[in-house]
Amino acid sequence: MNTSINWIKAMVPGLEGVTDQEFRDAMTLSGTKVEGFERYDKNLKNIVVGQVLSVERHPDADKLVVCQVNVGQAEPVQIVTGAPNIEVGSSGQKVPVVLDGGSVAGGHDGSPLPENGIKIKKGKLRGVESAGMMCAIEELGWPHDFFPDAAEDGIYILADDAVVGEDAVHYLGLDDTSFEYEITNNRVDCYSLIGIAREAAATFNKEFNPPKVEPTGNDEKVEDYISVDVEATDLCKRYTARVVKNIKLAPSPKWMRDRLRASGIRPINNIVDITNYVMEEYGQPMHAYDLDTIEGKKIVVRKASQGEKFTTLDGIERNLDSEVLLINDSKKAIGLAGIMGGENSMITDSVSTMLFESATFDGTNIRKASKRIGLRTDASGKFEKGLDPNNAIDALNRACQLVEELGAGQVVGGTIDVYPSPKQQERLPFEYDKINAMLGTDISREDCLDYFKRLEIGYDEASNELLIPSFRQDLHRTCDIAEEVARLYGYDNIPTTLPHSSSTAGGVSFEQRVIDKASDIALYSGFSEAMTYSFESPKVFDKLLIASDSPLRNTVRISNPLGEDFSVMRTVPVNGLLTSLATNYKRRNKNIKLFEIAKIYLPSQEADKLPDERKQFTLGFFGDGDFYTLKGVLEEILERLNLCDRPEYDPKSEVEFLHPGRRADLIYDGKKIGYLGEVHPDVADNYGLGEKTYIAVLDIPTLVAEANFDIKYTGIANFPAVSRDISLVVPNTVLAGDIEKVIENCGGKLLENFKLFDIYEGDQIEKGFKSMAYSITFRAKDRTLVDDDIKGIMDKLLGQLKDMGIELRA
Amino acid sequence: MKGKANLSQDSEVNHMMNEKLQEIKNRALEQIKDTDSLEKLSEVRVAFLGKKGELTDVLKSMKNVDPKDRPAVGQLVNETRKAIEDVLDEAKKNLSEKMREIQMKAEVIDVTLPAKKAVYGHPHPNTRALDEIKRIFIGMGYEVIEGPEVEYDYYNFEALNIPANHPAKDEQDTFYINDKIVLRTQTSGEQVHVMEKGKLPIRMISPGRVYRADEVDATHSPCFHQVEGMVVDENITFSDLKGTLAEFAKQLFGPETKVKFRPHHFPFTEPSAEMDVSCFKCGGKGCRMCKGEGWIEILGCGMVHPHVFEMSGIDPEKYTGFAFGIGLERIALLKYEIDDMRLLYENDDRFLKQF
Repeated sequence: MNTSINWIKAMVPGLEGVTDQEFRDAMTLSGTKVEGFERYDKNLKNIVVGQVLSVERHPDADKLVVCQVNVGQAEPVQIVTGAPNIEVGSSGQKVPVVLDGGSVAGGHDGSPLPENGIKIKKGKLRGVESAGMMCAIEELGWPHDFFPDAAEDGIYILADDAVVGEDAVHYLGLDDTSFEYEITNNRVDCYSLIGIAREAAATFNKEFNPPKVEPTGNDEKVEDYISVDVEATDLCKRYTARVVKNIKLAPSPKWMRDRLRASGIRPINNIVDITNYVMEEYGQPMHAYDLDTIEGKKIVVRKASQGEKFTTLDGIERNLDSEVLLINDSKKAIGLAGIMGGENSMITDSVSTMLFESATFDGTNIRKASKRIGLRTDASGKFEKGLDPNNAIDALNRACQLVEELGAGQVVGGTIDVYPSPKQQERLPFEYDKINAMLGTDISREDCLDYFKRLEIGYDEASNELLIPSFRQDLHRTCDIAEEVARLYGYDNIPTTLPHSSSTAGGVSFEQRVIDKASDIALYSGFSEAMTYSFESPKVFDKLLIASDSPLRNTVRISNPLGEDFSVMRTVPVNGLLTSLATNYKRRNKNIKLFEIAKIYLPSQEADKLPDERKQFTLGFFGDGDFYTLKGVLEEILERLNLCDRPEYDPKSEVEFLHPGRRADLIYDGKKIGYLGEVHPDVADNYGLGEKTYIAVLDIPTLVAEANFDIKYTGIANFPAVSRDISLVVPNTVLAGDIEKVIENCGGKLLENFKLFDIYEGDQIEKGFKSMAYSITFRAKDRTLVDDDIKGIMDKLLGQLKDMGIELRA
Repeated sequence: MKGKANLSQDSEVNHMMNEKLQEIKNRALEQIKDTDSLEKLSEVRVAFLGKKGELTDVLKSMKNVDPKDRPAVGQLVNETRKAIEDVLDEAKKNLSEKMREIQMKAEVIDVTLPAKKAVYGHPHPNTRALDEIKRIFIGMGYEVIEGPEVEYDYYNFEALNIPANHPAKDEQDTFYINDKIVLRTQTSGEQVHVMEKGKLPIRMISPGRVYRADEVDATHSPCFHQVEGMVVDENITFSDLKGTLAEFAKQLFGPETKVKFRPHHFPFTEPSAEMDVSCFKCGGKGCRMCKGEGWIEILGCGMVHPHVFEMSGIDPEKYTGFAFGIGLERIALLKYEIDDMRLLYENDDRFLKQF
């Protein structure tokens, strides 16, 4: 919503003297947020109305002329111009003249306006002195179509009523400011000048003078011209109409053109301008039909039939469906209700009688219809907010008043008003104590009543009820009234306190503690935290080599995505991280370690159930480190979450996007808690990752189920440990994990720890075998161990290893 | 000399012994004086005082001494030993100090050489900002809860006073899964989830991801984060809302921070407001960060709408409450002066390293 401040001030005279900045600040704080404002004359300086006294040929230039111009000073000024519409020998033209030292907004070619305008100085043009400049409309900052009376090419010749020597900027109505507001969708009434002026009057506590609408019309009866039948009463709450005959199309008067222009609307002719003017003033769109094109003197408001075609006044044929509301005569459709009129009934230059329609259509229907048809207009933009039916008649009568005032035609007496269920007066109890209790204030009853008066909210003392004006469609409960009181009292004046209510403990969930701990370890292990989008392309599954029949391809799909690349909710957490790693790789960043805590979304079997959202802890890196680096980070996370048992690594993992020989499922307490591995070389190629890349994923819900923070001190060993080093020759097929299980089983309570300290494959070892050396440490809590304690264990251990084809190295 | 052994004056042997001891002592002291290392000093000790040292030899030759003179001679030997030992110890101490000094001089390092740091990762700026927000509200007794991102239309809209066909539904550019399920456009649905649990009073914040169909650019992302907040109890007022959020702003942006509340509209709060904070870069004078305004819009808030209470099964005659919603990215971008939202989701190491 944009308004001209001069127009507002015309309705609220008390605002004279209020600066633009003051207006902006006060309106914003009372709830009409000003997004910005701009003075139309910010770069127009020292411009007066001048009158050309004489025009002579320039002695040295064919295209230039030398003018003597009366600018209201003792002596005329000499101005050299090349404008085509100032001819040698002519005189008497009134023109805007920028004097020496002044400035204009832009050049005469209409190119984009420079930020600080253009300074004009006395100078010589081809040797002849020129003390100023006569201005084209483009130089004053406007395209020609906003000033239809200005010359299309050349100096703007002003009307005769311009007074020589006076401020031309004021004369042209450019000493004005355009304010832009952010109107919230509950304040439909503020999408109008009257609405904003009313707010301004209430905010500044000044008198509000809205237009006074006087009765109009001749002795004829409108019913003799037209009848209206509303079939779709659910979609058309009110339909009002009047007839104007003997129309005389002409330009509208300057004051109207100035106001329209300052609101960003191009003046066209009196009838179109009146319609636009009233739409600005009242926020009520109206439509004018050429009555002579309406057959059967009848208007029918009904829904279109499915597949019906209709040509709007822009000449485009539209396909309609059965939910679109149509305005018809007795035979044919003549307008898309609330959106655009028809080509067949539009006002043309030859119009003599017209029908002014001012109706209230259902906002939702208009919004949806205009979306489906793909046609959004100024009118539909207003209707879709849901207009006040009581505003329709006021706007219609205002338009007719302007028709008479401008002499644009003869208004026929009477009004068509189809309003089957008139709106009832809304009443709310004035709960004064409750308002103060809710706000935490002590605002007096008198002050409240004063605020109501300013807002045109009535008060019935007998019933202690507030009478809500029809245009305030947002006031239904006491909380709404509290906001009215608060914003006029001033939000800033409400005290600041802290809740004195019963205390609550506060804190984070157990899951959050687990995640925080895991994050800490990732951070301390050199991994930085990444964030990536939750949705991705379905092509990701191919990129990750995920089988075509994999359940992971069953996704939560967005029905209206931004594009295929953002169309499915991820079921695998790694794509985002791999993409980020690849981004870093492409930018030649080295040694990149990233982790992400993000959800995967596993669809429910039932369509109307929500998916299972599972948080995943994903780590990925390339550069320094290998599979075992990542394994180390995972184990640190498990240990710090008190998962004290030894995790198992199952190489029979089926994670498709990992290297088949370098991947494992992470098993804890028999449950799969995650997986890790080197990224499959094909997948690395798909992402453009030129280095070995490793990925690990932990399923957070499973982790949370196992984790705890119950730490118990177990004492420090008092008795010495005994170590045994064994060097084994192991068939290549045997996994370290299998050997370690045997060590753990045989070691029993006395086993303190063990460590693989050497692994070797090569010349000294038979092919198909590897050498592995373990250091095993035993300790008892209650005594010093002797050789015999250990011998039994070691014998058993070596025996079991022998069964696996493992020998002690000679 | 006190305690000096009393030898027979006329004893030739004694005389000889005395002279010999004197001679040993002088020689020893002479050698000690010339010693410039601990090793050599040790050699001197062995040469004179060791098992095969000269003084030991003297003791061994005691068998030639007249038995009655033996105690006196013995004492004389011990005195000599003591004298040598004292000088040895003194020399050792001095030499050690000297050696340590030399050693330390040789060990001087360039303390301005680069540090050797362990490589630690960096939290995401969103997380850093969220941690601050959580810290502030947990300190005020708020519980941190989380809810679903794929959400029923009911919780995202209807239960928040945004019925079907409400224009706000279109404005929020919702991603739909089907007629009933959406990607939540706001964390406000968590208000309803918490209230439905029926446990009062409520003091919670709920951070999480939200989604809107905005094309990606420097200030928009189809996927971003909000932090919802809510307090419900008896006698909660708009002034409590102001006080709480003013305190939050001070803790987040610094004690000098001023706040300004402007009336606004949200379907699920009434009265509603937007909160601006005085620009923490220029202090309110006006700069590029605040676009010359001196104020920066931070969050939306308001008193919980009674109809929202009713739909969630809470009696609006007994309870009142306030709610607020903070854009996490907005806080992170402002606080860390990040000029492009896309950086948050690219995860360039050179970016992440700065947090």
